[in-house]
Amino acid sequence: MSTATTHDDHHDHRPSGIMRWITTTNHKDIGTLYLWFAFTMLLIGGAMAMVIRAELFQPGLQIVDPQFFNTMTTMHGLIMVFGAIMPGMVGLANWQIPLMIGAPDMALPRMNNWSFWILPFAGTMLLSTLFMEGGGPAFGWTFYAPLSTTFAPASTDFFIFAVHMLGFSSIMGAINIIATVLNMRAPGMTLMKMPLFVWTWFITAFLLIAVMPVLAGAVTMMLTDRNFGTSFFDAAGGGDPVLFQHVFWFFGHPEVYIMILPAFGVISEIIPTFARKKLFGYSSMVYATASIAFLSFIVYAHHMFTTGMPVAGELYFMYATVMIAVPTAVKVFNWTATMWRGSMTFELPMLWAIAFVFLFTIGGFTGLMMGVAPADMQYHDTYFIVAHFHYVLVTGALFAIIAAAYYWLPKWTGHMVNETLGKIHFWWSVISVNVLFFPQHFIGLAGMPRRIPDYSLQFADWNMISSIGGFAFGVAQVFFVFIVIKTIRGGEKATGQVWEGAHGLEWTVPSPAPYHTFETAPEVK
Amino acid sequence: MFAKSLRRALCSLWGAALLLGAGSSFAEYPLNLTQGATDISHKVYDLHMMVFWICVVVCVGVFAVLIYSIFTHRKSKGAVPATFHESTTVEIIWTTIPFLILVGMAVPATTTLLALEDTRDPDMSIQITGYQWKWKYDYLDEDISFFSALATPREQIEGTAEKGENYLLEVDNPIVVPINKKIRFLVTSNDVIHSWWVPALGWKQDAVPGFINDAWTELSEPGLYRGKCAELCGKDHGFMPIVLVAKTEEDYQAWVNEQKGAAAADAAAATKTWSMDDLMAKGESVYKTNCQACHQAGGEGMPAAGFPALKGSPIATGPVAGHLDIVLHGGKKNPAMAAFGQQLNDADLAAVITYERNAFGNATGDVVQPSDVAAAR
Repeated sequence: MSTATTHDDHHDHRPSGIMRWITTTNHKDIGTLYLWFAFTMLLIGGAMAMVIRAELFQPGLQIVDPQFFNTMTTMHGLIMVFGAIMPGMVGLANWQIPLMIGAPDMALPRMNNWSFWILPFAGTMLLSTLFMEGGGPAFGWTFYAPLSTTFAPASTDFFIFAVHMLGFSSIMGAINIIATVLNMRAPGMTLMKMPLFVWTWFITAFLLIAVMPVLAGAVTMMLTDRNFGTSFFDAAGGGDPVLFQHVFWFFGHPEVYIMILPAFGVISEIIPTFARKKLFGYSSMVYATASIAFLSFIVYAHHMFTTGMPVAGELYFMYATVMIAVPTAVKVFNWTATMWRGSMTFELPMLWAIAFVFLFTIGGFTGLMMGVAPADMQYHDTYFIVAHFHYVLVTGALFAIIAAAYYWLPKWTGHMVNETLGKIHFWWSVISVNVLFFPQHFIGLAGMPRRIPDYSLQFADWNMISSIGGFAFGVAQVFFVFIVIKTIRGGEKATGQVWEGAHGLEWTVPSPAPYHTFETAPEVK
Repeated sequence: MFAKSLRRALCSLWGAALLLGAGSSFAEYPLNLTQGATDISHKVYDLHMMVFWICVVVCVGVFAVLIYSIFTHRKSKGAVPATFHESTTVEIIWTTIPFLILVGMAVPATTTLLALEDTRDPDMSIQITGYQWKWKYDYLDEDISFFSALATPREQIEGTAEKGENYLLEVDNPIVVPINKKIRFLVTSNDVIHSWWVPALGWKQDAVPGFINDAWTELSEPGLYRGKCAELCGKDHGFMPIVLVAKTEEDYQAWVNEQKGAAAADAAAATKTWSMDDLMAKGESVYKTNCQACHQAGGEGMPAAGFPALKGSPIATGPVAGHLDIVLHGGKKNPAMAAFGQQLNDADLAAVITYERNAFGNATGDVVQPSDVAAAR
């Protein structure tokens, strides 16, 4: 790992070995830690997905019992959301935001260290529930009460503590990003000159600060319902199980934008570089991002159309929800217009970015379909929604993180990625991910509920196809580990500029980026 | 069987890639939402198809531009980048057009939603209560009440028997409704949240403990419709199907009378004194439907997942009073053990408790009669 910083800086007094990583306050080191943590969690969560797909390969119960199956779907969701995608995005922010705004480091480096080092402990505590008596959490990543309160295993209290810690980490990370963006920009870099990746993260950070405390409130109410005799979510004591869903989704809906807005930022960096043309509609991109962030707070109950909401509520949430299609469409149109009459080349980051635009659009359209309340009465809680959010989060958020890794790895390591291996990884992933998730639209529409370990016979063939795609996609990501390690260890030397069409401050420093950059602020015209 | 289905899946992978457009012709590969059997479900289907085609048209348009651009505007073909990078006019146009399309969509969506939620003036009402993991139906106008649980044998699930045509979609007692009546369903739950979903009716409705949600349907043709629980409700969420049978008015009345006769027979069973053999035989079938999912066929339980063994357990081999108490009133420390006093009648409870005390090597020799259960309630 230390190859990222082989250029010794003589004025640096960092400790060596493991203590370097434990005590580090350097944004590049912490970014690296975040990214490796996210990568590890991606593989663990992916292994759980493999268990799920193996059980669903055929009808009948073959591999795991239903309780453990529920534990796997629950832990897979929690680990991918809180362990893989979110820390992955924070890792990119740590590495890139100071480099992109010409700052020497994050504004609050010690807090940066702490917000990372909470994560491995929270993640370990979450995973440890698997080995506890009564099994791990088995109530879905959305942990609806009362299944997660009165009817949950004892390990749920550990799950609650882990979620609290993950929340602390996210809030501290978000505060740090806001402080950095507001205070550390190089002279001349006005807000409306910031790279889009910085803008999207800046907006995301506000979302995090607004909603992580709400999640903390939800799990705290669970904790007191479970252990201290309160009845927030128990009708027998005057509470309401549906209150849980209101609180959860007030967090949960902005949460999905927390995962996708930085991805929009990444794609908005990559496409102009390889189209050799400025991003079309920069300011409308900023406004669209801000609109999506605002709307994300006022649409959340579209997750709850079947809970028995009053019809006026259903109408309002339907109208508000479909409105999100407008700023999202603006983004896709702007990316298209950026590519239009550009001079494109198709290096690895561009391939992933283009795949993102196509596949995220499909996920966006199924989202629009589900916003239509009467139709959602059928779609809700089926594999149609499973297909939808995997198109948005796997071929959306995850593809953007992989695109970002291929885009910035030469800057981080000083080595170009092997194009042949990268292309194998790309085509392998893109084909298998569609074999995996596209059929799930069909079985969902045809009536297969989500979160079931066994299914009736009409779904058998599509499930088998989906599982085959799943195994292939899983292996492809192990191959990605190999590619990343190979790039760290060696390869064609990267120039500072790296990509012919790249613009921005991060490309003005050498590759690999020295341990300390922009100690003297650059001047932005 | 495994190799055959694997081969079929691999073939179909290629088939699906070629045939996606025309795919709806083969029944083995369900592709789309059901049109359903009611006026509402047809409206929902039409709305679904309308939004779907709007999405397809916009999607094809955007993708066509992208693909054309990818193949034409390449550096390798000597493309020189243009310099345009913003246009307020264009931004306004492509903000306004999607907005207008959405308004157009919202009109039929609103009328359908209002019709779907209009539960006023029903001809009859049925209360649906979700239990872990079965449904209870109470006919509020008829004084009929029964449970409906999975009828697929355990052996089919575990793979030791060939799976039947309606695998996981069959129940012991289907809900029966008359046609041409507006039926209001009052949906609630006894434990966790469930969701009652028969796709042919066009909707699903969550069953929330402590609250009553309503929904309605009106079927015009006799028929049999299958559905499932749609909200994760614990271990056997995947194993609580729904079967709904719609009958003509006369057939429905005949069914109602039959149910009332059966209720009288149950009342008689509760007062007679049973032999050990009869209790054991009845107990075994009650055990299979109600207990086996957690405590397992041999009474060994699933201790790692929190479901204790009955074989040699202190409750099943200890005093009868303690055994009666936990079965009637549920687990005080472990809420996974439901209070079966609300779910089963005295004869069924007497039989299953007798069975548990004398099966799996628990040779206590105790015989529990329905009158003992009645006394312990």
